[in-house]
Amino acid sequence: MDNLLEIKNLNLEAYYEDKWQPIVRNISLNLKKGRVLGLIGESGAGKSTIGLAAMGYCRQGCRIASGSINLDGRELFNASEEELRTIRGSKIAYVAQSAAASFNPSHRVIKQYAEAPVQHGLMAQSDAEKEAIEIYRRLFLPTPEKIGYRYPHELSGGQLQRAMVAMAMSCKPDIIVFDEPTTALDVTTQIEVLAAVKEITEKMNKAALYITHDLAVVAQVAHRIMVLRNGRLVEEGETRDLLENPKEIYTRELLNVRSLREDKTITDKMDVILEIKDVAATYTGDKNVVEDIDLIIRRGRTVALVGESGSGKSTLAKVVTGLLPAIKGSIKFLGKELPIKLKDREKQDLRKMQMIYQMPDTALNPKQTVRKVIGRPLEFYFGIRGKKADARIRELLINIELDPDSYIDRLTTELSGGEKQRICIARALAAEPDLIICDEVTSALDQLVGEGILNLLQDLQNKTNMSYLFITHDLATVKAIADKIVIMLQGKIIEQGEKKKVLNPPHHEYTDKLLASVPEMDPDWLDKLLAERASTFI
Amino acid sequence: MIQLLKQSPLSARIGMGIVLFNILIAVFAPIIAPFGETTIVGDVWESLSSQFYLGTDHIGRDLFTRMVYGGRNTIALAFITTTLSFFLGSILGFIAAVKGGWTDQLLSRIIDILMAFPTLIFALMILSVLGSSIPTLIFTIAILDSTRVYRLSRAVAMDIEVMEFVEAARLRGEGLWWIIRHEILPNALPPLIAEFGLRFCFVFLFIASLSFLGLGLQPPLADWGGMVRENAGAITFGIYIPLIPAGAIALLTVGVNLIVDWFLHLSSGLHE
Repeated sequence: MDNLLEIKNLNLEAYYEDKWQPIVRNISLNLKKGRVLGLIGESGAGKSTIGLAAMGYCRQGCRIASGSINLDGRELFNASEEELRTIRGSKIAYVAQSAAASFNPSHRVIKQYAEAPVQHGLMAQSDAEKEAIEIYRRLFLPTPEKIGYRYPHELSGGQLQRAMVAMAMSCKPDIIVFDEPTTALDVTTQIEVLAAVKEITEKMNKAALYITHDLAVVAQVAHRIMVLRNGRLVEEGETRDLLENPKEIYTRELLNVRSLREDKTITDKMDVILEIKDVAATYTGDKNVVEDIDLIIRRGRTVALVGESGSGKSTLAKVVTGLLPAIKGSIKFLGKELPIKLKDREKQDLRKMQMIYQMPDTALNPKQTVRKVIGRPLEFYFGIRGKKADARIRELLINIELDPDSYIDRLTTELSGGEKQRICIARALAAEPDLIICDEVTSALDQLVGEGILNLLQDLQNKTNMSYLFITHDLATVKAIADKIVIMLQGKIIEQGEKKKVLNPPHHEYTDKLLASVPEMDPDWLDKLLAERASTFI
Repeated sequence: MIQLLKQSPLSARIGMGIVLFNILIAVFAPIIAPFGETTIVGDVWESLSSQFYLGTDHIGRDLFTRMVYGGRNTIALAFITTTLSFFLGSILGFIAAVKGGWTDQLLSRIIDILMAFPTLIFALMILSVLGSSIPTLIFTIAILDSTRVYRLSRAVAMDIEVMEFVEAARLRGEGLWWIIRHEILPNALPPLIAEFGLRFCFVFLFIASLSFLGLGLQPPLADWGGMVRENAGAITFGIYIPLIPAGAIALLTVGVNLIVDWFLHLSSGLHE
């Protein structure tokens, strides 16, 4: 069979620091009809850049330096804009990470579907709409006849992403480039999109490039996988071979299932740090965002708060910190009843409860240096200044495994994502807290960097005996670090208990669904799951 | 900083040249001017000569001298007023954004009321009631102008306020001033500096208009707006004299705008 897409010795360059510098080096790949090639790597690996180059496109400030991109017999390297425009959409289409940002919010979904084929003169509006409905049906969208006539904001994230996939299909391209299509979604909705991708590639016999950072996801859809790092190919192989015997160390690191934390038994005798009783809170006044919350955190232990987006877990963190005053119930911290409002709380109580955020970029003031960020809590809570502060900041930097001499006077904008998150941890540590609330601290980071952060938090806990309230949607993280798991759904706690108990059956129906939705490193996992679900629905 | 200046485009350099020229003349006015600010030295509306570089005005004062002192007065007044207006407007704007709730509501509604009146008419009213002295002039214009600054700084601070580093500071227990001073202000500075240039132009023009209407700087003090008015009659005789102060006003405004444009470009990260 002939190759639909053939990329040979592709080199891409980006313009920075006043010269052209290579960002993708010597990549070659082939794609046949009905085949899916997975491109996997961390941020900066060049996977999206390659995906776009397959369409003959480069982001601003980038260029294709050399190589050949052959799409079904046509050379795209140095092709004219005019020629490229006829190819894009009709021969090769692109599905971006954020469907919400890719749809025009003021047009109905189906109108946006029909736009390209009508523009290209392929079919009339009414025919395009009929086709759209057919494709919506095949991608398992609910009420396919009606759903297209809604506006983008009336669809959920997973539905929108599938509508986006459908839109990419509108001009019947031969190849689709999927760029992290499920990264922004919850695990349970991720399944729906993955099923849609499978439908397209297997039943409709389309070829695809699937770009992701998640090996378990790509294992479900790709026939072949390329592992990339810093613009170079690390390893390439058929999915099963690659998963079973990875040759390179880097691939093995990506494959490594996180080591489980040793189970520590929780006894009633241990200090209770935080006790939440019957708490409820609301933003608007008429509907409670969280309610009936009962929760206990003991010293030196980690409680993981798990749920999908919108389940109220971050709201609960706001209630605990006092940013959103509870309307009901009590919060006891270190044996003392806390005032519900932040401004009524004492400085020492504030000190003992610290917070680490999801986005290290926005959690640090871009105009401050590391010294100021970490130094401020020292000055504010303990009155430490000058030389003493300098010594303590250095000590804290060593604790978070950063070299004091090279980091202490850097601006926070001069740090990488993982380094920023470490600085956030140091800022929390500087206050010598008893409890740290970690809100999705690894979800904005690359896998290996995130694991580094989890390990660090683990070590620090062993040293200082702090407690963590760990908010996350990522069950792999939970398995790695939690002692106790609390599962939230629509503002309520539906199940909680020790890790072993919650992770092993029997569990609540929703817990079951949540656990089953986490992709495994098994290429057959999705097929099995879908078959299983199909049988239960009938 | 020097690096930055080296990379500046031609338009910004022209702007900087104009502004620098005006500032130098304003600072060294007593040395540059050949005559006294209010001394009558010749006939009415004499044309330019080696004695009177730009001719004389409607009562026979040297126009060049008047231009030099007029620039000094108008620029100094506009600068002080703009600074005061920024001080007021940005502090109130920041407080409204950080405090939120009823503080924000109260401040914003008061500002809305002030903004509901046409500025020039409001200023004319206050100045005719209180009389036009330099302090009343400065305070009136500063307060009226600070409403615009308030709007901008509140909007900018709102964007910063939702960032988690501000939340972190709140959770730490930091007070209002600390948050404004250390978390909000450094991040709000670039758009505010650009706005400062623009507002300076507006204030400068505003003072010129007030003077033209007779409620700005009072004679015999020289200022460019007033000079246009005093000599306006000359235009009917085909004499160029009122065009000189008018041209100077236009030139300085354009100069400041050229710098502001460049700065806005830099701070917003926009490309050509």
